[in-house]
Amino acid sequence: MNAKTDNTKAHACCGGDKKVSTASKAVESETHAEQVSASSGEVQLNIQGASCASCVSKIEAALKQVSGVTNAEMNFAERTVLVLGSSSSHALIKAVEQAGYNATLANTDSDEAAIEEKEQADWAYYKKLMRDMVIALSLGVPLMLYGLVTGEMSVNTTTERIVWLIVGIMTLGVMVFSGRHFYVGAWNSFKNHAANMDTLIALGTGTAWLYSMVVVFFPGYVPEMARHVYFEATAMIIGLINLGLALEIKARGKTSEAIKRLIGLQAKTARVIRDGHDIDIPIEDVLLNDLIRVRPGERISVDGLVVEGQTSIDESMLTGEPMPIEKRKDDEVVAGTINKSGSIVFRAERVGKDTALAQIINMVKRAQNSKPPIGRLADMISAYFVPVVMIIAVISALVWLNFGPSPEVAFAIVSATTVLIIACPCALGLATPMSVMVGVGKAAEAGVLIRNGEALQSASKITTMVLDKTGTITEGAPKVTDVVIASDHSHNDVLSLAASLESGSEHPLAMAIVESAKEQGVPIHSVTDFQSIAGKGVEAMLNSQRLLFGNEKLMIEQGIELHHYIDKAQRLAADAKTPMYFAIDSTLVAVIAVADPIKPDSIDAIKRLQHNGIRVVMLTGDNRLTAKAVARKAGIADYVAEVLPEDKANKILELQREGEIVGMTGDGINDAPALAHANVGFAIGTGTDVAIESADITLMRGSLHGLADAIAVSKATLRNIKQNLFGAFIYNVAGIPFATGVFYPFLGILLNPVIAGAAMAFSSLTVVTNANRLRLFKAKEH
Amino acid sequence: MMIWINLAGLILIGLIVWWFWLYKAQSTEIKDGSIEVLVKDGVYQPANITVPAHQSFQLMFVRQDATPCAETLLIPELDINETLALNKRVTVTIPASSAGVYPFHCQMQMYRGTLVIK
Repeated sequence: MNAKTDNTKAHACCGGDKKVSTASKAVESETHAEQVSASSGEVQLNIQGASCASCVSKIEAALKQVSGVTNAEMNFAERTVLVLGSSSSHALIKAVEQAGYNATLANTDSDEAAIEEKEQADWAYYKKLMRDMVIALSLGVPLMLYGLVTGEMSVNTTTERIVWLIVGIMTLGVMVFSGRHFYVGAWNSFKNHAANMDTLIALGTGTAWLYSMVVVFFPGYVPEMARHVYFEATAMIIGLINLGLALEIKARGKTSEAIKRLIGLQAKTARVIRDGHDIDIPIEDVLLNDLIRVRPGERISVDGLVVEGQTSIDESMLTGEPMPIEKRKDDEVVAGTINKSGSIVFRAERVGKDTALAQIINMVKRAQNSKPPIGRLADMISAYFVPVVMIIAVISALVWLNFGPSPEVAFAIVSATTVLIIACPCALGLATPMSVMVGVGKAAEAGVLIRNGEALQSASKITTMVLDKTGTITEGAPKVTDVVIASDHSHNDVLSLAASLESGSEHPLAMAIVESAKEQGVPIHSVTDFQSIAGKGVEAMLNSQRLLFGNEKLMIEQGIELHHYIDKAQRLAADAKTPMYFAIDSTLVAVIAVADPIKPDSIDAIKRLQHNGIRVVMLTGDNRLTAKAVARKAGIADYVAEVLPEDKANKILELQREGEIVGMTGDGINDAPALAHANVGFAIGTGTDVAIESADITLMRGSLHGLADAIAVSKATLRNIKQNLFGAFIYNVAGIPFATGVFYPFLGILLNPVIAGAAMAFSSLTVVTNANRLRLFKAKEH
Repeated sequence: MMIWINLAGLILIGLIVWWFWLYKAQSTEIKDGSIEVLVKDGVYQPANITVPAHQSFQLMFVRQDATPCAETLLIPELDINETLALNKRVTVTIPASSAGVYPFHCQMQMYRGTLVIK
């Protein structure tokens, strides 16, 4: 969601909007979804004590006086103020207080605090449900045992009527104390013309209780054989369903372990250097450009650039990359990672919700809540489910009354109650989201960020994986390996001129040449009229000389004679090097070869994909011979060379026309059109430099194993969803007819409502438990 | 006697169909750009909300039901999903959208509501 604060000022007068102010009292603090997208330098405050619109200008003026504040806008309806600029939150709160109001940070709820609050709330609710369960079962279990032992649950004498009346009142007590939430929920839904699980439980237990009370009060109106009471069913069902809900809360807690682990990576304090002194401050108070000192063993608090010192940093918790990464001056450090060896000082570049870690947490949270298309059928069924079950219950009762054996009324009541109780829309509703929750979290642990449920589902179906060569299969950091001189220029001259020309290009091969020139200390000059010829090369002017650098195609187009250097270039290409021609004023002066080594684990990862039946295709703009050599080394049979950037997308479409479900892996920026056309676009990050917005799935580390992991997790998650959906469908499809008693004529048994209650309570628990099995999933790097 | 019972049963089925599927529930209109939606006791209050088309507005959810089911808000057609913390106000900004009916619900679809944009 692209949520932005609407800062429209309300023109309400003193007292303001009643509805809003009541709500403000009802809840002590407020959080806002928009804060998630707040950029750095934005602080949102909750304001207390602002009772009239004129307060708005007073508060805004007070905040604008604070040094560093560029703007402050108050939303009177929400009693919040958005402050832009770079000032400490303490200074802002103080300014509001001096103006005569109170303020609190709207985002005081860190993710960690929110999780803690949620756990406390869940624990409180769990205890309440367990208490409700104990109360209900304290009555239900003895009653059921009495019924089982004596077989006497009927009302025939006055004494029995009195005793059962007392039991009936006690059951009513259980309904009020332990089952209140079902009845209130059912009534509210009914008023809203909606029906849900509460409706079914309330109707089922209510019918059983009401019928039993009719038997107690008016036994004469009920046939003798049907004078049976079902108070034990009511109490047992309420108890069992509360137990099921309580256990479900416990099991649900485990599904969010991955996000908790990510949130736990956030440091609480940072050691900031202010006025020459090191001071520990809460992480929320770290400002942009603060200098932060980190000692060995400490966690990096925010994202930044190293300004002093040298160290190695463990980034495995974010990227899955097991080896520590060396960091020195100007290298990026990322919040949540751990400083291993040296002491460094870094400058804060991204703080608060802007750090890569905060964005990852936000993305994982959103993905965990999203639904893959496979869940849509279950959603559609859920929407009609409850009224359909109610209709089935009525039909079932009518059939028993018309065609059932004696006592018809008792059979009708039991079958209707059992149908209402056994039906479980929750299992259907939970089947997909619980698995997605665990699967997306599991993927995040392996350094794989899945954008949403749809990407998760598509990834599980991929038949062809298209890999970009440079930076995906290879390191993406090519180096100059050969300079073959074809004129009377010296080696250094050639390198100097070529580097001067290439300094205007951002192509990795160009960067290799510039880097080589820098390493060898040859001068790099400024060129004019620089022009990039897409997919072929570059040209520019230097001291009235026309410099041209590019592939064979470009040279032939420009009419440049290549002589026997074509053979030399082909030999270099056959050795997995990329040869390029350098010409000055239409004369060839050198062939420069650049090689980009294959990443050490690319070959294994590609094998993993192929083992899983996925066809791997390599796309590259590189020449055919180099592409062939790299593909051979990487174990790829299908490759397409000399592809222009715009043709990559066409190749994807071509594969899709062949019926393939295509995944495309690239760097997320140059390959954007191809990533967009693929069924699933994978952006491969190097380190933590993630292009979170650009792909369906982002691999946090550079290794292609992340790709195989992503597909393995997706497949496991989809398998889990299918198991859950199958279980939930089968449960309802088999359970409901069984409850109506269709098998009674053949088997002579009718399902007991208490057993139906137990089955219903544990069906959703089974779904959550099965989803939790995914936590044990481990992608194998073989 | 059975005729009357059967008739009552059929009427009951008719009432279920009418009440839950055919009845057009009343909708609350958003006038000043935002509305508070209480998430409590199994329902969103209000559950049916009408807003003008092509205009951004805010839904301020206050969840007072501890059931984990109520925790997630989904508006699939608008690609919105939000976690509703217990006893806190969570503001969800709905972008300017074209006319249509946009259902919103919890993960299990037990809580259900509709945004009617017209």
